[in-house]
Amino acid sequence: MKDARELEFYPGEQSAVTVYLFTLLIWLGSLFAGFLGSLTGLGGGVVIVPMLALGFGVDIRYAIGASLVSVIATSSAAAAAYVREGFSNIRIGMFLEIATTLGAVAGAFVAARLSTSVISIIFGGVPLHSAYISFRTRHSHGGADRPDRLSVRLRLDGTYPGPTGSVSYHVKRVPLGFALMFGAGCLSGLLGIGSGAVKVLAMDRAMLIPFKVSTTTSNFMIGVTVASAGVYLNRGYLDPGLIMPVMLGVLTGVLFGSRFLVRSRSRTLRIVFSAVTLLLAVEMIYNGLTGRL
Amino acid sequence: MERSRYPLTGRGMETMIANLLRGGVALSTTIVITGRGLYLLRHGADRPDYGVFRGEPAELRTLGGIIANILSFHSKRVIELGVLLMLATPVARVALSVLGFLREGDYQYVAISLMVLMILLFTIFGGVG
Repeated sequence: MKDARELEFYPGEQSAVTVYLFTLLIWLGSLFAGFLGSLTGLGGGVVIVPMLALGFGVDIRYAIGASLVSVIATSSAAAAAYVREGFSNIRIGMFLEIATTLGAVAGAFVAARLSTSVISIIFGGVPLHSAYISFRTRHSHGGADRPDRLSVRLRLDGTYPGPTGSVSYHVKRVPLGFALMFGAGCLSGLLGIGSGAVKVLAMDRAMLIPFKVSTTTSNFMIGVTVASAGVYLNRGYLDPGLIMPVMLGVLTGVLFGSRFLVRSRSRTLRIVFSAVTLLLAVEMIYNGLTGRL
Repeated sequence: MERSRYPLTGRGMETMIANLLRGGVALSTTIVITGRGLYLLRHGADRPDYGVFRGEPAELRTLGGIIANILSFHSKRVIELGVLLMLATPVARVALSVLGFLREGDYQYVAISLMVLMILLFTIFGGVG
């Protein structure tokens, strides 16, 4: 048994917390996590797993399983809109999904052989790295001016709706992007997160795909990437009683978050939320190092 | 023009995919909410313990096992059906892409989509690790 008894909501056998209350608290927590994830752009998974593991004393494997299903739910819901509007490039997504699904299989395979402490340390590293990337000044690239042979062969070049009509773009450095996508898939399989930050990095920075196309295509790919970690089902990581409040809470939170984003442009608020997320990350690493998770 | 040289995937296919994703999420969420009601009705007073990892029972780790259990109509089985449907939504999207590219005559992408579909089915049914 872990040394998590001191946590107020720890649902141990001596706890007075019933399923009804536990479900309600997890639902509220997930709602907050989804809200945070959508505001910071880090995604829900990065917030849900630490919240469940640190705040509720849930075993990190159950937490990863619940995160996985919620990530599929939110990314599928969002992707539906982006695909319809013509931002997501289906061919780029489909081609790179070969890399992400293979990566996810590899990640899930490794995850079964690592201790939960090591997993939580890796887990804390991801938001720290994402934050490092997003706080660096973004040099927006002008995009590739000439077509690339491999991307022409794969028909990756496309257009997206701009403010003044259709904007066309070329795709560069396909092998580099493909390799980075394998890495993104590994993280998804290992941690049950969408790893959207790595996907956007691969498309925006490496392949010089326009930012809006990169983020929406990343979102389009997340469901398939995470679903290929379906091997978690065979391992008994997916508990319906836990998934139910997490999935519903995160979906609601993301919905609120995206509405909120449209109305408010407060930069301070985003920094505050990012700080909360980073604090969670540091605590994950600390707990991993001290062997409490 | 760029568009005719590298034709984008048709709008028809994009609409189909968008509808499939939306429908999958809506249906599975509805089922999970139904299961949630049943679950809280029956287990609302139980004491949960997720702090110790036991793994789900062996009969619920396979697709066949879960489907067989749904017929018993327990609240947890209903939620499981919803969760399975959520996992199946992206898989169905890939399957739909295979058909879409086939209709467009883009055989290169039929092959790519089939490859992704095979990896997905292999991990879900084959089971690595």
